[in-house]
Amino acid sequence: MSEKVSMHRMIAVLLLALACALTACKSNPSKPAGAEAGTANAGAEGSGATNPNASGSGGGDDEIAGPQAGLLAKRTVYFEFDSSEIKGDGTDIVAAHAKYLASNAGARVRLEGHTDERGSREYNIGLGERRAQAVRRALLLQGAADAQISTVSYGEERPAAAGHDETAWAKNRRVEIVYLGTAPATKP
Amino acid sequence: MDMKARDFLRLRRVLCTAAIVGGLLGANPPARAELQIEITSGVRDPVPIAIVPFAHPEAAGSDFDAAGIVQHDLEGSGRFRALPRERMPATPTRAEEVASPSWKAVGSDYVVVGRTVKLDNGNIGVDFELVNTLTGAKLAAQRFTGAPGAMRNAAHRVSDVIYQKILGVRGAFATRIAYVAADGEPPAQHFQLIVADADGANQHMVLESRFPLMSPAWSPDGQWLAYVSFETKHAAIYVQLVRSGERKQVSARAGVNGAPAWSPDGRKLALTLGGSSGNPNIYILDLATQDLTPITDDPAIDTEPEWAPDGKSLYFTSDRAGSPQIYQIGAHAGARPKRLTFGGNYSARPRVSPDGSQLAMVTLDNGEYRIAVQDLGNGTVRMLSHGHLDESPSFAPNGATLIYSEREGSHGSLATVSTDGLTGLRLKASQGEVREPAWGPFTP
Repeated sequence: MSEKVSMHRMIAVLLLALACALTACKSNPSKPAGAEAGTANAGAEGSGATNPNASGSGGGDDEIAGPQAGLLAKRTVYFEFDSSEIKGDGTDIVAAHAKYLASNAGARVRLEGHTDERGSREYNIGLGERRAQAVRRALLLQGAADAQISTVSYGEERPAAAGHDETAWAKNRRVEIVYLGTAPATKP
Repeated sequence: MDMKARDFLRLRRVLCTAAIVGGLLGANPPARAELQIEITSGVRDPVPIAIVPFAHPEAAGSDFDAAGIVQHDLEGSGRFRALPRERMPATPTRAEEVASPSWKAVGSDYVVVGRTVKLDNGNIGVDFELVNTLTGAKLAAQRFTGAPGAMRNAAHRVSDVIYQKILGVRGAFATRIAYVAADGEPPAQHFQLIVADADGANQHMVLESRFPLMSPAWSPDGQWLAYVSFETKHAAIYVQLVRSGERKQVSARAGVNGAPAWSPDGRKLALTLGGSSGNPNIYILDLATQDLTPITDDPAIDTEPEWAPDGKSLYFTSDRAGSPQIYQIGAHAGARPKRLTFGGNYSARPRVSPDGSQLAMVTLDNGEYRIAVQDLGNGTVRMLSHGHLDESPSFAPNGATLIYSEREGSHGSLATVSTDGLTGLRLKASQGEVREPAWGPFTP
């Protein structure tokens, strides 16, 4: 029994040492890990995804606060399980943003579609896209222009709420309306 | 040595943890989440085998226990039961020292003996022999070599030979897996793509990102990983050479870019594209010519393509019938799909066994998402896992085991199950969670 305890203690010490070593590395955001790894900032392809100082280079890292008056401050449309139908509060929120986009030709939004964690990941990318497209169609029908809207689906990959019950799942089935800068950022 | 061996045997799980920690503290940059191994279900009719601790006269690394690695491999497969070290009647290190009757007397049908040898070039040789105690015959005698500090692969190759000699099926112990690790609390998560040995040891990080990474897929030669990254705030598919980190973006079209799958000849990727109208369909991209061939063209969600081993057709998920089901379609323009799953109202994420006879999938079983395997010949379906949110099945290249991801409480972990459903192992991250495992191919 005492042998078991001292084994556990040795392991605990090793794990603690490892944890200390890892936390020391944690502050480095773009870690290519030597010759064998890439960073999500490689070459000319992506925006500086792992570089916290990236500002509007390529990609779409030009999010702005956007309009805040009344319903426009609400940026999330929620959905029922397995559904991409806009209902309830979502209808009013979408209407408000459609009206704003219709009257501000330079305004642009990115619609980000999400699902809860249940089911297969790539299929959930499809479901998140369906939700984003539902919001997009509703905006277009109510006066927004096609050029003002882009979409992305994160499926279940970017939950808003941790947790594995219906309370968390309901918060994750959503489309986020993100306002983007009116002029495309220039690369330095 | 005897005292230490006894401790290790009694605390097998602790040994596994220690070995993984040892591997992480070695030359490779440590990945964030180390894996601990638990054996979660039992074995039936296993082959009784004794794996005698190897002699390590010149200390190939004081924590390198070749016999321990072989034992863990063989028992984890579900097909073997190893004799506990304290019941061994002797500690031979060569076949001629094995007195078969005394091993038969303790119930071992086979004995494995071995020793490590320091070679002139600085590498270490692992010599082993396999003896059949019923006949006294020596079934195998071989040496595998490795650099000091990278010896686990040599031990896994020993396991491969033993498995093949006794069961007639190629072992898959010296293969690799790739998976995604996520840590931090939503919405501020951090993602890594990790490559490790098939037993979870020797992890190294291949990519790190503040944005989601998903769907890792090994090229048939085991050199490249394709994956989806959201680093540009839109989905894009990349292929990356694992040994150097060199990467290429292969698809960043408008809308969904997802579910990359390499053709068996390595020349093409099947993938999902959504376009700006947001309608996911399956395409085949020729990597050399960049030609894009549409395979499905309908308003449903069509995704998760998986090549049949002969390269002539694709399995995929579609909800054209109202909910996700699995279909098969020829890998060329103008083909018509055939539905394969009828047993419930959710079947998705097909993965075919290397011999083409079985199809693994995620299916909804009494409200729980579980891994099932369908026999493509007679259509029978077996449930292989028993969790709540099991997903992402992937076959080992010998078809004997499936790896998949599961959720246990708030922890996402990886698990393996033998394709007969009888033996399970869980690979749990000590922090954050791990998911989306992809089992790599045999390497020469």
